[in-house]
Amino acid sequence: MKKYVVKRLLQLIPILLVITFLSFGMMRLAGSDAVMQKMENTGMVVSEEVMDKARAELGLDKPFLTQYFVWLGNLLKGDMGTSYISGKEVFPTFISKLPATLLLTVVSILLTIIISVPLGVLAAVKQNRFTDYLIRVCSFIGNSMPNFFVALLLMYFFAIRMKVFPVIATEVSIKSVALPSFTLAIAMSAKYLRQVRAAVLDELSKDYVIGAKARGVRFSVTLWKSVLRACLVTILTLLTLSIGSLLGGTAIVESIFLWDGVGKLAVDAINMRDYPMIQAYVMWMAIIYVCVNLITDLSYRVLDPRIRLGGEKA
Amino acid sequence: MSVENRVPSVRKQKIKKNHTKTRLIIFLILALALLLVAIFAQQLCPYDPNAQDTAMSLRPPSAAHPAGTDRFGRDMFSRILVGLQTSVLATLSLVVIITVIGTAVGVLCGYYGGIWDSVIMRISDVCLAFPGLVFALAIAALLNGGLHNAVLALAVISWPKYARIARSQTLAQKSVNYIAAAKLAGNNSIQVIVKHILPNCIGPILVTAMLDIGTMLMELAGLSFLGLGAQPPVAELGNMMSGGRSMLQTYPWVIIGPGIAIFIIVVIFNLLGDTVRDYLDPRNSRK
Repeated sequence: MKKYVVKRLLQLIPILLVITFLSFGMMRLAGSDAVMQKMENTGMVVSEEVMDKARAELGLDKPFLTQYFVWLGNLLKGDMGTSYISGKEVFPTFISKLPATLLLTVVSILLTIIISVPLGVLAAVKQNRFTDYLIRVCSFIGNSMPNFFVALLLMYFFAIRMKVFPVIATEVSIKSVALPSFTLAIAMSAKYLRQVRAAVLDELSKDYVIGAKARGVRFSVTLWKSVLRACLVTILTLLTLSIGSLLGGTAIVESIFLWDGVGKLAVDAINMRDYPMIQAYVMWMAIIYVCVNLITDLSYRVLDPRIRLGGEKA
Repeated sequence: MSVENRVPSVRKQKIKKNHTKTRLIIFLILALALLLVAIFAQQLCPYDPNAQDTAMSLRPPSAAHPAGTDRFGRDMFSRILVGLQTSVLATLSLVVIITVIGTAVGVLCGYYGGIWDSVIMRISDVCLAFPGLVFALAIAALLNGGLHNAVLALAVISWPKYARIARSQTLAQKSVNYIAAAKLAGNNSIQVIVKHILPNCIGPILVTAMLDIGTMLMELAGLSFLGLGAQPPVAELGNMMSGGRSMLQTYPWVIIGPGIAIFIIVVIFNLLGDTVRDYLDPRNSRK
């Protein structure tokens, strides 16, 4: 197990290098010159010589790869440059907005689990009955609505008409996190519910279920103690796969509900072409995503002792 | 609930299959109708979608304007039709692009193998390792928005999935004897690929593409909603909703009309996709 963890952590290094390299390269590709941008923002007209001097100061006259490694070195020190717009340092700004997004993400995932696991199991157990069809139709509808439409509908009915929740999130509280997280949870549950149902159905068709029945084990016991436990890994894997779309989804939902997280920060940065901020967003989101995947892979062993991890002897 | 009920008899399967065929025909007709509406949107519009009439601005739905009017007094129903045209045609071209490119890359990689195969597959690994929509947002931002660029951004992140499927299908086909026979019969590589490999691996790719149309349409509309897709003078369902956002409280139809249009389009394509999958892979249909 220890060996495997070390191996996986080592594998992380090239992936992180690729992520940082791509984030850096994208910024270059944008054709945006930090010096030019800064001068434009201040509205000053300066001569080529002054610009060249400023470029030399920032190391922009050096070869691409040298610039990359300098940038990477600064990155390790927590220096990601300054925003073109606000002039503030990118990294502290980004970190200060991260907790709000993490809160939103965690609440959405919890809501998704609470909604989709019981419904998915119920649909599988009641396969091809009315309950099953009803749950599947709901999931189908949820799957066919873009999250911004769901967000606006929820906002219209619950915030504007019924006034149960605030229209925009002015502060971080249970009431204000409800609508944004529910929006994300609806889209995720709709997809996820189907997968839970399929996983449980697969497991239910296995011989041991009939065996348990023949031995007189109550169905509920088989379901909760054996079937669900066996499905856990599949269910977890599918959940992590959906985190990718969740991270993207937060950008839209945050900007609709004005939730003050990194998603909104990114959308604002995109609208104002604030490249250092966009770069930070893309890079950190990719890193978070990769780490989440790693943690899931590692947790398989804990959840299902039957799984042998690479490098271990059976 | 009993376990025995779940074991399907041959008889049941037969009934199911006929059922699937009917469903397939119905949804194909629906999708075709939708496509026709999209193509002939301009001809179907009751009003000029760009004609402004400030005296008629923000009227609720009525007999004359079934979906109401927007802030500039433009007929929402006509705008939704034109927006639907933009969304549907852009999405379909996106799906066609990624299917063709992904399949070509995957089949060639699988067939020839070698260094290019490794390099391209590593690239697709990287693409798949990124959270898709975040990456698309960044690319669209770099390309400065616009409908074409949004399509391009989504294409960049979506082709690897198809390449993967096509490659694994090709690898499976390559080792089957009839390919060796075809080669012995004097076919060159291109003939083998086009005549034998492609037809045999197109099924799963087609299913993936059909199921992707709905998702892609929503993602494209999402990018437009954030201002990274179609720009305002062009009517597109996503940016129409974005434009009406501030009017949600008092004039909800400005938002709800395009929203329902997206919903209907996605429902039709998802139903069609599910049915195509059931039809091509009957084993799956019980789930």
